[in-house]
Amino acid sequence: MITFRLAWRNLIGAGLRTWLNAIVLSFAFVVIIWHRGFLDGWQEEARVDTIAWEIGGGQFWHPNYDPFDPFTLEDSHRALSDELLNYVAEGKITPVLISQATIYPNGRMQSVVLKGIPAEQQILNLPTNYLSETGTHIPVIIGTRMASSAKVKKGDVFSIRWRDANGTFDAANAKIVSIFKTNVGAVDQGQLWLPLSQLQNMMRLPDEASLLVVSPEIGEQPQSNEWQFQSVDELLKEIDTIIKQKKVGGSILYIILLAMAMLAIFDTQVLSIFRRQKEIGTHIALGMTRGQVVRLFTVEGAMHGIFAAALAAAYGIPLLTLQAKHGFAMPAGTDDYGITIAERIFPAYSFGLVLGTTAVVLITATIVSFIPARKIAKLQPTEALKGKIQ
Amino acid sequence: MHNSTIINITNLVKRFPIGGGQFTALDDINLTFEKGEFTGVIGPSGSGKTTLLNIIGSLDTPSEGDAIVLGQSIAQLSQKQAANLRNHNLGFIFQTYNLLPVYSTFENVEYPLLLLKMPVNERKKAVMEALDWVGLTDKTNSKPAQLSGGECQRVAIARAMVKHPKIVLADEPTANLDAENSHHILQTMENLNQELQTTFIFSTHDDKVIKYLRRQIKLDDGKVASDNLIEEGVVQ
Repeated sequence: MITFRLAWRNLIGAGLRTWLNAIVLSFAFVVIIWHRGFLDGWQEEARVDTIAWEIGGGQFWHPNYDPFDPFTLEDSHRALSDELLNYVAEGKITPVLISQATIYPNGRMQSVVLKGIPAEQQILNLPTNYLSETGTHIPVIIGTRMASSAKVKKGDVFSIRWRDANGTFDAANAKIVSIFKTNVGAVDQGQLWLPLSQLQNMMRLPDEASLLVVSPEIGEQPQSNEWQFQSVDELLKEIDTIIKQKKVGGSILYIILLAMAMLAIFDTQVLSIFRRQKEIGTHIALGMTRGQVVRLFTVEGAMHGIFAAALAAAYGIPLLTLQAKHGFAMPAGTDDYGITIAERIFPAYSFGLVLGTTAVVLITATIVSFIPARKIAKLQPTEALKGKIQ
Repeated sequence: MHNSTIINITNLVKRFPIGGGQFTALDDINLTFEKGEFTGVIGPSGSGKTTLLNIIGSLDTPSEGDAIVLGQSIAQLSQKQAANLRNHNLGFIFQTYNLLPVYSTFENVEYPLLLLKMPVNERKKAVMEALDWVGLTDKTNSKPAQLSGGECQRVAIARAMVKHPKIVLADEPTANLDAENSHHILQTMENLNQELQTTFIFSTHDDKVIKYLRRQIKLDDGKVASDNLIEEGVVQ
């Protein structure tokens, strides 16, 4: 206790030097927490959005289906068993048929992926209810990215050309009945959503699907050897990996920031031990053991971390709370990168994040303070009392 | 050894390594100090005065022989035991005051009591009493940088005396002070010596201090050249 009391007095007495160190360290605190919170917020939002718009509570894939290889689409479709059809009827599963096609908006040609989905599905957030619109053209819904790249708008009509399961090319006109806005690029870019029954007819694949989206509230899941189940975690692995990479990249920033702050503390400690030899000798003469003096200087250095935490809390809490409330607007075009990212990210600051960062900073500050303080144990008190550099 | 003997030095030798050889700072010192003495170790620079005080103060250890201070062998003390001895029984006054620069007068005097873990109320009372002895009760919040040399040394005396140590070791306490301040400080120490029966051992070559001493031990080249009791200005 006395060590903390004396360290407190010494630090307060040191004035500006203490506060300069604390300011640098507090900056590291706030930036680390903000950046981690930003990535955690992004990850959380990306997971929620991807579940809501793309993967639901998991997916059953046709064994040949590979989302990264369009050549597999031709062979990755199958009719649903009676058991699965029951699940579809109950709204617990949504079948999706996937195929390739070419569209000709305003005389241009563009390759797209056609995705057939029941208009009445409730599992994904896609506004598929618009697909129930009847008319002479095939009703399609697209995302804003697709609309932008194809330069089309709601109500536009264009031709679609496709090749059915028998290898026969056919064409028809499609009409954009709705354009949706989503953070999940995987259901938007290069994709046209149309009624499942319509696509099944076009492809000559009655009652078939490429994948089945499972409702998050499905309860007991169907067992099927004909389909491969992909869990939510497996389907989110890509996003998790990207964010993990970002976090690793961010760690370099943390290391630089912490290194700067620690260098300041280390420098202060080394300087203190050189400049305060007389004081060290006095502490020993007045009854402290060398071990106690080492402890005093270590605590003194480590308390920079506590000061910094207090300082960071003073300006960081209002700043970070404000950011968590209002979010952080991502630059225009960020959502075109192909990864799920919201226009505005709301950082998520967990208790664990704040506690973890504080622990890392305090432990590092203590180690950095202890290293130069060890030298005190070797000081000769009679020389130290005279202030002689040893 | 007398019942009231508090320091007993026998065959004390202290050598320091210098270059490839060794320098003998103290050579076969045999001395005893009684309770309540007001003694000075005098001699020219390099005669071994400070080294002797450092060994008595358990800040240094003998190369040969021993110094028994308050029944404890300095040669045998562990670092912790030495710290404990200094903490409880020894007070130090240095030529350059050695006040802790960021502490106020009050805090500097309070410091040894904090190490003794004295309760706060007793501590405050003891600090104010010590500051009263040296006449600095009006400077409790001043930092050392705001005090004159004489005031700093008075704070150092208060710090040395606040815990009522059995022995006070004063290394050239007046070397940085003018005549008036020196006399003031010496009178203060003399009063405390008489009032509290604290043993004062000075290391000095200052005539102003020598005049106050009741015993003069003269060191020359690390050896005791003379050891005289003084009474009313007469060397015995």
